[in-house]
Amino acid sequence: MSVERGNNAALLQLSGIGKQFGGLRALTDVSLHIGRGEIYGLIGPNGAGKTTLFNVVTGLYQSDAGEFSFNGHRYQKSQPHLLAQAGIARTFQNIRLFANLTALENVLIGRHVRTKAGVLGALLRNKATRCEERASAERARALLRYVGITKPAQTLAKNLSYGEQRRLEIARALATEPLLLALDEPAAGMNSTETESLKTLLQDIRATGITVMLIEHDVKLIMGLCDRVAVLDYGRVIAEGAPDEVRKNPAVIAAYLGADDE
Amino acid sequence: MRQIKLTRHSIVICLLSVAMLLLPFATDALLGRGWVRIVDFAMLYIMLALGLNIVVGYAGLLDLGYIAFFAVGAYCYALTGSPHLASAFPLLFPDGLHLSFWIVLPLAAMLAGGFGVLLGFPTLRLRGDYLAIVTLGFGEIIRIFMNNLNAPVNLTNGPQGISRIDPISVAGVSLNATQNIFGVVLPSVHLYFYLFLSFTALVVFVSHRLEKSRIGRAWMAIREDEIAASSMGINTRNLKLLAFAMGAAFGGVSGTLFAGFQGFVSPESFSLMESIMVLCMVVLGGMGNIYGVILGGLLLALLPEVLRHSVVPLQQAMFGKALIDPESLRMLLFGSALIAVMLYRPAGLWPSRVRRRELESDEVAL
Repeated sequence: MSVERGNNAALLQLSGIGKQFGGLRALTDVSLHIGRGEIYGLIGPNGAGKTTLFNVVTGLYQSDAGEFSFNGHRYQKSQPHLLAQAGIARTFQNIRLFANLTALENVLIGRHVRTKAGVLGALLRNKATRCEERASAERARALLRYVGITKPAQTLAKNLSYGEQRRLEIARALATEPLLLALDEPAAGMNSTETESLKTLLQDIRATGITVMLIEHDVKLIMGLCDRVAVLDYGRVIAEGAPDEVRKNPAVIAAYLGADDE
Repeated sequence: MRQIKLTRHSIVICLLSVAMLLLPFATDALLGRGWVRIVDFAMLYIMLALGLNIVVGYAGLLDLGYIAFFAVGAYCYALTGSPHLASAFPLLFPDGLHLSFWIVLPLAAMLAGGFGVLLGFPTLRLRGDYLAIVTLGFGEIIRIFMNNLNAPVNLTNGPQGISRIDPISVAGVSLNATQNIFGVVLPSVHLYFYLFLSFTALVVFVSHRLEKSRIGRAWMAIREDEIAASSMGINTRNLKLLAFAMGAAFGGVSGTLFAGFQGFVSPESFSLMESIMVLCMVVLGGMGNIYGVILGGLLLALLPEVLRHSVVPLQQAMFGKALIDPESLRMLLFGSALIAVMLYRPAGLWPSRVRRRELESDEVAL
């Protein structure tokens, strides 16, 4: 592998992450690092542990072994809201929007972690609160436009089209001002035009300095977009590197197509 | 456009205020004084329903023991505003404590809020049915405590309840006697109506402000999807506790008013049936919508009284004697009303704004 380990400039560094569910070892000794400004792909067959890894990194699961560091802070056990505060935002494989709230409100909820108004502010609705609300609303609208949602901002999330819902999830995640945007199969169920515009969007996002980490099955998207990819199989990293190298790696081919000697 | 909307809004508020100010007089003249008292109780129920709406409607936490907070507020004032403490601590309080209502009110709200947090902590990981069962148990625990804390020290006077609670007075004017203010004769029930009206207005204001704030949005995010909410940086633990505390505090305020108005409290008033009643007001009216909840509270608080006053005379007119007890008919109608609402208007009689808002213009709501 050509990738140098122990890069100090890494935004996210996983070392020896392990996670077990009963008798199932979902992740075993996963170590990898993601540099600032990278687009990093996570691929592997179904059930390889990609989403589990995402859940560990975003605090939904606690790892049994190992630790990770993000933006200079070490985490062994953490909670989702603390990691969101620290700058990790995510989307979900099965879209998890706030379905009965409007598109605007969904993005405004993403602003929660970067705003301060408490109960007193809500009751008095003083100048600081009003300014904050106005700034949040402006920001949220800008984000809706940025990800390309043209429907009115007051449309309920559940009434948006599938592709729009995926993009709304990205807008909501961006509203938290993340350093790392973790996308779990953002192109799942999209047609080729939608995938193409998603690719452009992700490149735009990276250009603003946000690091992107994505799980994806669409090989074309991964190859065309990612700087580096890691391949997971049975909870282990079996290959890591530039997309072209990884593609030729015999272990990867075996994992996807089945090895002869098994 | 915005100017016109604002003025229309203020006209509605003005008309509504005038109507509310005249309501006790109109009720008194048309239906009799007993009905003003019934409307007073309806206001207390509306306050309770609005408090529960924060927990159930906004944060989506099903609470079946909500009446416990009403009980905490009521007993707070019952203990500190009546001669009862004299029997428990004759040396310490020879005449009872007799604190002013206005001192007890904030303390009771805080204590009820504290109880809300107490209930919230062990239930943070629970949702839906499981949460309902634990909260139901909590409500019963409080009631049973009230029922049994007459020994070894007679704190609550057990099932007999606490009587002779001081009436509420505002600026030295007792609300328990007919007062003549600026030539207008105001009976006690009218005075209490205005007091409860102001508190209801306050509760509506607080609910409304919270609903359209960062806090309210975070509650709704938790209601919609707790995992997504926490991944967006919402501290679900603190916000759930806050919802429990705010809802409980409203319940406590309502309970304190109840104790002062009634002059008597006993554990009987805080049964599981009452919790269910308040929950029905929220669900029937329209979860998460303040106006729906007010409507639900009003309907369910008045319906039993309407039945009580109409069923027996109606039967006597028709059959010559009363065959069906209005109390049992009440449950029958109540049940059918719930089923009908769930079938035909699952979101409540007056559902939350989100369904209508899609049609409205794309304008910042500030």
